[in-house]
Amino acid sequence: MTDASSLPSDAKLVCREVWKLFGARAGETLRALGPAPEIGRIVDAGLVPAVRAVNLAVREGEIFVIMGLSGSGKSTLVRLMSRLIEPTAGEILFNGRNLLAASTEEMVEIRRHKMGMVFQHFALLPHLTVLGNVAFPLEIQGVAREEREARARKMVALVGLGGREDALPRQLSGGQQQRVGIARSLAVEPELWFLDEPFSALDPLIRREMQDEFMRLQSVLKKTIVFITHDFDEAIRLADRIAVMKDGAIVQQGTPEEIVLSPATDYVREFTRAVPRSKVVRVKSAMRPVAGTAGGAVSERATVAEAAPMFLDGAEVLAVKGEGGAVTGHLHRADVVKLMLGG
Amino acid sequence: MAEAILPRARTWPRWSGWVLALGLFLVLRVAGKGLAPWAFDWPKAQTVPVARWISAFTKWLLNEASFGLFTFAELTRFIAAVIDFPYRIVLSLLATGFLKGQGSGAVQILPPLAWIAVIAVFALIGAWAGGRRLALLVAACFTFIAIFGQWQSAMVTLASILVAVPLGVAGGLMLGILAWRSPLFERLIRPVLDLMQTIPVFAYLVPILFLFGFGPTAAVVATLIYAMPPMTRVTQLALARVPGELADLGHMVGCTPRQMLWRVMVPSARDALMVGVNQVIMLSLNMVIIASMIGAGGLGFDVLAALRRLDFGAGLEAGFAIVALAVALDRLSHAAAARQAGSVQGGPVARHPYLAGALLTVLIAAILGLVAPAVQTYPAAWELSTGTFWSRVVEWINVNFFDFLEAIKNAVLLNLLIPFKRFLLGLPWVGVAGLLAFAGWRLGGWRLAVLTGSLTVLIAVAGLWEKAMITVYLCGISTAIAMLIGLPVGILAAERDRLWTVVRAVIDTLQTLPSFVYLMPAVMLFRVGDFTAMIAVVAFAVAPAIRYTVLGLKGVDPRLIEAGRAMGCTEGQILRRIRLRLALPEILLGLNQTIMFALSMLVITALVGTRDLGQEVYIALTKADPGRGLVAGLAVAFIAIIADRLIQAGARAARARLGLGEGAA
Repeated sequence: MTDASSLPSDAKLVCREVWKLFGARAGETLRALGPAPEIGRIVDAGLVPAVRAVNLAVREGEIFVIMGLSGSGKSTLVRLMSRLIEPTAGEILFNGRNLLAASTEEMVEIRRHKMGMVFQHFALLPHLTVLGNVAFPLEIQGVAREEREARARKMVALVGLGGREDALPRQLSGGQQQRVGIARSLAVEPELWFLDEPFSALDPLIRREMQDEFMRLQSVLKKTIVFITHDFDEAIRLADRIAVMKDGAIVQQGTPEEIVLSPATDYVREFTRAVPRSKVVRVKSAMRPVAGTAGGAVSERATVAEAAPMFLDGAEVLAVKGEGGAVTGHLHRADVVKLMLGG
Repeated sequence: MAEAILPRARTWPRWSGWVLALGLFLVLRVAGKGLAPWAFDWPKAQTVPVARWISAFTKWLLNEASFGLFTFAELTRFIAAVIDFPYRIVLSLLATGFLKGQGSGAVQILPPLAWIAVIAVFALIGAWAGGRRLALLVAACFTFIAIFGQWQSAMVTLASILVAVPLGVAGGLMLGILAWRSPLFERLIRPVLDLMQTIPVFAYLVPILFLFGFGPTAAVVATLIYAMPPMTRVTQLALARVPGELADLGHMVGCTPRQMLWRVMVPSARDALMVGVNQVIMLSLNMVIIASMIGAGGLGFDVLAALRRLDFGAGLEAGFAIVALAVALDRLSHAAAARQAGSVQGGPVARHPYLAGALLTVLIAAILGLVAPAVQTYPAAWELSTGTFWSRVVEWINVNFFDFLEAIKNAVLLNLLIPFKRFLLGLPWVGVAGLLAFAGWRLGGWRLAVLTGSLTVLIAVAGLWEKAMITVYLCGISTAIAMLIGLPVGILAAERDRLWTVVRAVIDTLQTLPSFVYLMPAVMLFRVGDFTAMIAVVAFAVAPAIRYTVLGLKGVDPRLIEAGRAMGCTEGQILRRIRLRLALPEILLGLNQTIMFALSMLVITALVGTRDLGQEVYIALTKADPGRGLVAGLAVAFIAIIADRLIQAGARAARARLGLGEGAA
């Protein structure tokens, strides 16, 4: 668990001791229960705990994945971050500013220009065409027709739906509908991009394709992203950092590597059991200090599984290069084999 | 319900309570007459004069009530004026033309739309909404009306509908939005809506006649009030069912509350809302026909006048015109609801080709009409009248089959109707109230018991016991016959898809017909009286009996039928032991709907001389006595509510039992 005081204040979005309890007079009851009440005492007080004492910081340009099973409070948490739901207690800082202190008008402005959201079931308006749906956030802001349609066209092309601008949502497949949802959320060029289980309603093959598409978009756009999922593999695949949620609280947060290599609780270990280590561990953590000569070069940010094929030509040792291009270490065949066979 | 879940150990069987209650009832029935005559006839002197109070209250409203700035009478006059203005315009456009001056001295400045133009415009709407086939159907319906000489009346009826529908839709939408936004308003409005939908249509007419006078404006007001509750309910449901994600989307893109409602919620609920619009149109048509009694004019008036002078031919022709109008309007609104919007680029004409086409047709027809009068008004020489033909058919039937029909009628009357009526009239109201309260307690707990018992007592206290029993007797027999027809037909149709397609087409069409139309053929064959009323009610109420039976049987899980077959059940056993039993909740709901339909039709059959609560309302209407009409109307509503709540509770209990298997049954 992250302590509230250790959160960086320069992050894009910070949640500090955020609580959400459902039920009558939740605020008063929470205050009466004192700091950090047990979950049992909250339930005894007749309240439903949805989010408990969440502390997290989303840094500029990173993909922050919140992973949890259904009922873990992850969807509530993402709605607290955009204040679609009013928190019971805590602070939510966006660009260093407490959102809970913002007036309704200010919130409308922030959501209009700085936030975008993609929904699990797409939430496309059934009466509007693809173009109309993508242009909708701009239309709400009062952008003139010419301009908003031009921008919407660009977004539709960006997600690979060029030529389908005049189709209605019901004429599209699930994957295409979610592309529209993504294009729409990007139309206002948001600083903060929320994706609430965007691929959960899709077939496995399409899901994979959309994940690739999402990574491609992110490599171009470099947004700050909060991504919700119940799929641990998806989290590992996409995340810079992951927060695992259970019963409304975050049980562990860290990079995929940290979580897989040292799960904080048995609950987290259950998820990591089936994950091949080589797909998570980065070259940087498997390398040894430079000693002797080495074959071809590999980036320290690559996973071990990605680096492994380079040993196919018989090399015993690979040179590892850091961000700047300088050699920072050596990767040994034996270590890689051990990691891959060890699962 | 708790009993169904955990059968308590008991020494008495389940039905012993019923035996006891029925036993007590019988003792009261047999021995009570001498001991407690008041239990059979509520003493006249003790009757609570609710009717007089209401009449006095409406008089006070009309003559003295004031809201400070304006009086109640001024308010009604204002509403009348607001409705009258668009009505005059539409009526002039469709039927009378724009006139200058008053009465017979009026001069026509502009003629109404040419009949060809009206047909073309509606055909174009059909083409826009549903393609060429619908356009042809709609054109055929309107041409039919013209050929049989019903054009003028049909246009008067259409004018009322065209004014009432937009107002009804807008009003219902507003109320529905308010109810969706404010739970408090929802709680306030719900019982009112419940009551408005169970009070028979006639009962609306009386106070409106009193407040707005006799004429088309009053008829439009009545239509509005009648058609608004379903729209309100549909709006509220439709908005509540919009997925939460869409509301989240609205907030995320920064919608203001107004943008949220009109840009996100209402468009997303469009499909469901269009179902409401269709209902408003069909209910308006039904009401406009009935409202001919307070001066709506048009086709309804033609039917009514024909009924009064027993001119079957004329009545039937007007009836057919109503059917044609109903079919056209129903199909149009259905197709418009199902229509998929798409955007087309281009100039105003390219974007609205149908609108442009309609305007052009109207213009061309108007110009041609100046040269050739046949384009303007359908020439009388081309009209076909089948009126005399139908009169002859009826005459022929009556000459050749009089004895036969009379024998059927008398046999049913003597052996079924009259004994049952005598039996019901002989029941003590105290006993009936007690028995209904007991049924309420067993099916739904003490709250339902209080409701059913007290409503029954209220009917007796208002001095309407005898008339109410006649209503119950006619409604009961008609419902029983409708179910006896509906169940077998439904069972047959549920197994044969092709038969069901045909049956469904028939009952769909039957349900779009205004209830008035049903009276005509019944009166032709059997003249006036209880038997005629029964035939009309059965014809009207059989549709839901069939529909719900089929829905229930089709809804049975096919795996259970397979399981039954695997166990070696015969088809008969599968039907009796599995399908009918699992379909029971649906069939009970069908029974409920059948009773509601029967009650609403029964009130209208007062026109053919029944002596029930309907007649009470009808008399009140002719005497413009709002108290008497409302009280009788409320009594009908009470009967409907008692039946509705008991059956709903029964269906719920059956469903709970089935959810747990057959164990508790």
